[in-house]
Amino acid sequence: MATIQKEIKAAEKSTREQMNVVVIGHVDHGKSTVVGRLLADTGSLPEGKLEEVKANCKRNAKPFEYAFLLDALKDEQAQGITIDSARCFFKSVKREYIIIDAPGHIEFLKNMISGAARAEAAMLVIDAKEGVQENSRRHGYLLSMLGIRQVAVCVNKMDLVDYDKEIFDAIVTEFTEFLSRIHLEPKCFVPASARQGDNIVSSSPLTSWYDGPSVLEVFDGFSKEASSVDKPFRFPVQDIYKFTSADDDRRIIAGRVETGSIKVGDEVKFLPSEKRSKIASVEGFNLAQQNEAYCGQSTGFTLEKQIYIQPGELMCKVSDKQPKLSNQLKVNIFWLGRHPMITSKRYKMKLAGTHVPVWLRKVNTVLDASDLSTDNNRQQMERHDVAECILETLKPVAFDLNQEITNTGRFVIIDNYEIAGGGIILDSVAEKTDRITEHVQQREKNWQRSALTPGIRAGRYGQRSAMVVITGSSDKGIVQLAKSLEGHLFNCGRFVYFLGLSNSTIGIDSDILDSGQRDEQLRRLGEISHMFTDAGVILIVTISDLDDYELEMLQSLNKPNESVVVNVGENRFNKNEPDLQVDSIEDRDAAVQEIKKLLQSKNYLIEYFV
Amino acid sequence: MDHLEALEAQSVYILREAYREFKQLVMLWSIGKDSTVLLWLARKAFFGHVPIPLLHIDTSYKVPAMIEYRDKLALEWHLNMIYGQNVEALKNKQTFPDGNVTRLQCCASLKSEALKHTLNGDWTRWGLNHNTGTYVPRTDNEPYTGVIVGVRADEEGSRSKERYFSPRDEHNDWDVGDQPPELWNQFKTDFAPGTHLRIHPLLDWTELNIWEYIERENIPIIDLYFDKGTGKRYRSLGCYPCTLPVDSTATNVSEIIEELVSGKFANIAERSGREQDKEDGHGLETLRRDGYM
Repeated sequence: MATIQKEIKAAEKSTREQMNVVVIGHVDHGKSTVVGRLLADTGSLPEGKLEEVKANCKRNAKPFEYAFLLDALKDEQAQGITIDSARCFFKSVKREYIIIDAPGHIEFLKNMISGAARAEAAMLVIDAKEGVQENSRRHGYLLSMLGIRQVAVCVNKMDLVDYDKEIFDAIVTEFTEFLSRIHLEPKCFVPASARQGDNIVSSSPLTSWYDGPSVLEVFDGFSKEASSVDKPFRFPVQDIYKFTSADDDRRIIAGRVETGSIKVGDEVKFLPSEKRSKIASVEGFNLAQQNEAYCGQSTGFTLEKQIYIQPGELMCKVSDKQPKLSNQLKVNIFWLGRHPMITSKRYKMKLAGTHVPVWLRKVNTVLDASDLSTDNNRQQMERHDVAECILETLKPVAFDLNQEITNTGRFVIIDNYEIAGGGIILDSVAEKTDRITEHVQQREKNWQRSALTPGIRAGRYGQRSAMVVITGSSDKGIVQLAKSLEGHLFNCGRFVYFLGLSNSTIGIDSDILDSGQRDEQLRRLGEISHMFTDAGVILIVTISDLDDYELEMLQSLNKPNESVVVNVGENRFNKNEPDLQVDSIEDRDAAVQEIKKLLQSKNYLIEYFV
Repeated sequence: MDHLEALEAQSVYILREAYREFKQLVMLWSIGKDSTVLLWLARKAFFGHVPIPLLHIDTSYKVPAMIEYRDKLALEWHLNMIYGQNVEALKNKQTFPDGNVTRLQCCASLKSEALKHTLNGDWTRWGLNHNTGTYVPRTDNEPYTGVIVGVRADEEGSRSKERYFSPRDEHNDWDVGDQPPELWNQFKTDFAPGTHLRIHPLLDWTELNIWEYIERENIPIIDLYFDKGTGKRYRSLGCYPCTLPVDSTATNVSEIIEELVSGKFANIAERSGREQDKEDGHGLETLRRDGYM
C-alpha cells in the first residue's frame, strides 16, 4: 500500500489524466464493497476514515462492511443498499479516477443511469454464487445505449464458491454470450472477492488458475476515448450575451464545442434557421488572444455579420459535413417516468442546446432489456422499458445520428418538470405528414361549413377576410401599430378586430401555467383566427419574435382562409418572405397607410363597394 | 485539453445553463476558496462580467478579515453583492458557545435558517451600494429559484451523492433517495412552482484541483489560508468558534499544493477542522437535508 502511494506522489506533480469509471450490476452483488476495498487497499482513504467507520459499526453493533465507506447516507447504511450513485475520488499510479458507485436495485435505475452516463468505462459486478441476474443483463444493455464501449466484468464473492474455476467459467460463458447479442465485447472477467481482498489490487494465491489482471489493473487498462477534434464542427448555441449595461458592446455567441474545431474567418451556418455568418473572434476571460477553438472548450464567438439567431441553434462549419434537419426521428428510448409515455401527450425534448415540444408518434418495438425479448404490439412505453419508436418535434431540429456524432445524437425527454427518459437517434424519418397538417385535414373533413360562403360574406362586408400577422421584436411597438391599423380600418367602415398574443394568453390560455408552452398558445391563436376569418373578419394579430415554423403553423391552422404577414424591424424569417417589410414605425400613420395599401393591392379591401 | 481545462469547461457550461434557465438566480459566496473559484468561473462564463447576484450569509462569527475581503472584491469586480443574517437568533444569543445551544443547532439557526429565509425573501436582504460602499436593505423579495453553490463531491459522503442540478421542495428539503436522473449534460432545469434548484458547478473538483486552479489563474484568495508567521493557517473557513486553524507553515498557494500532494495533508480530510461535523455520525447530512450547503 505504501509503495503505491509513493509512486503516485512521484507521478502527481505533472498534470494527470482523469477518468470516470462506473461500477454497476445486480443488487447485492457487492459493487460498493469492491469500490470500498479498492479505496482501502490503495490507501486512497483519508487518514482515520477506515477506523471511524469501523468504530461507528461497533457502536451500532453491526458488522463492518467495506460498502459503508461509500454508502454515506443514513438510509443506505440502515438498509444495507446503495440508493444513489456516489462519486469516489481515487488515484492509481497511472491516473486519477472518479469512480461512480451505482445502485443495483431496479427501483433506483434512474440513479444508475445518471451515474453511468458520466462514465467512460464500466466494471460490471456479478455475484459468483447467484450468477447472472436480471439487472446484470439490464445494466449491460443500458451501457451500450449510454454509449459506453469499454466494459470489464468482476465476478465477485468467489470466496463463497471456494474459488471454483468451473463456476467462474460458466459465468464467463453465459455473460459473454449475452453481451455479444448487444454487440459488447468485455475486456476481461476477473474472479475476485472484495470482502477478502482477492484480486482487487494484487493477484490472489487462492485463484492460482487465473493469470489475468486484478481489478486495479483492469482500471488502469481502460483507455481514454480518442479526441473528437477530427469530427465535423458542432457548437450548440447555449446563449447569446450582450452586457451592454456594463459598457460591453460585444455580442457573444456562447456555448461548448462538442466536436471539431474552428478558427477566425471560417464561414458558419446555424440550424435550423439556416442563417450564415463568419467567425470574427474567439472570446474569453483572463486568456491570451486566441484564433481557434477546439472540442471540449466552453467558449464564445463574435460574428462578422450580425444575424438574429436563438439559443438552441446548432452552429456548424459550412465546409463540414452538415447535420441532419428533421421533425421526425427514429430513436431508441429508455423510459424512467412514473407515468407511461403515451402518444397523445406533449413532452419536451432537450437535444444538445435546444428545447422543443415533442410527441410520441409510434412505438415500433419494445424490448425487455433483462432478457432481450421484444414486443411489437405496444402503444405506449412503461417505466424501465426500452423501445424503438418514432418521435415528432414541433419544429425541425438539427442533429446527427448517434453512431456518427454521439453528443448531438442523443436527447432527454421531460415529462411534467422531470427528466423521464433518454434516447439515441438512429435515423431521421422522411416527412410524410406532420401533426398540424393532419389535424387541419381532419378538421376540414368534419367541420360543419356554413351555407354562407366566403363570397356571400365578402359581398355583405365589402372585404375578403384575412389574418393579418404583425411581428417584430417585442419592444418595437407592434401592438400600438396594430391598434392604429384597427382604428383606421374601422373608421373606413371595415369589419376588423385586433387580437394580440398577450391578450389571448391572459384569456383563453390562462390554464397554461408553464410560460414555456408558447407553441400551445400559438396553436390556440391559430384556431381562434380560423374562426374569426371564417366569420369574414379582418383579424389583426400581433406576435413578437415569430419564426418561420411558428408562422407556418399559424397559417396552416388558419386555412382554408388567407393570411398576410407584416414584419417590423429586423427580419427574423429565413425561409418566408413577409408580404410587407416595415423598417421603422416612428411614423405610425405612414406604416398604417402602407399596410392598408398592401391589403388593397391584394384585394382584401374591396374598394368599389365603398 | 488537460484535467483543469476540462473541469473549467464543465463548470462554465453548468453556470451558463443555470443563467439561461433561471430568472431568479443567485450564487452563494462564503468567501472561502471554493466559492471564490466559483465566482472566478462565473467571470469566465460571462466574459469578465458577473450577471448573477452574490449572496453571503453573515453569521457575524466570521473572521473580520473575511468581510473586508468580500467588500473589496465586490467593489472591484462590480458584483451585485447581497448579505442575509438571522437577526433574531443573534439578538437572543441563540448561538454557540455563548448561548445554550449545540454546535449543530447554532449552524442550523445562523446558516440554514438565515439562508432559507433570505432565499425565499421573507427576511431582509442587504445589498451593497457601489456609490457609498455600504449595505442597504433591498426592496426585492422574489424567492430565488436557482441557487448556485460551490460544494464538492470529495468533501463528505452526502455531497458525493449530489447532482449538478439538485431539486429542493417548498420546505427546502433534499430528497436524497429520489433524485432526478441527470445524463449527457442535460440537467433538471424545469421545476414546479414553489420548488427551487441547487446548482453545483464544482461537484467534480477536488481540494487539490481548487488550489491548482487558483495558482494557474492567479485568483486573489483570502490570506487566512496562509501562515503569517504563527505556524498556523486555516484549511477550511467557517465561523471562528467552530473552525480550528491547522498547524502549517504554508505561506502561499504553491506551498499549499505541495502540502496536499506530498506533505502533511496528503491523507487528512479537509473538514477535519470543522467541529460541527462530529456531533452525530451524520452531522452534515442532517444539516444538508435541511438546506445547509
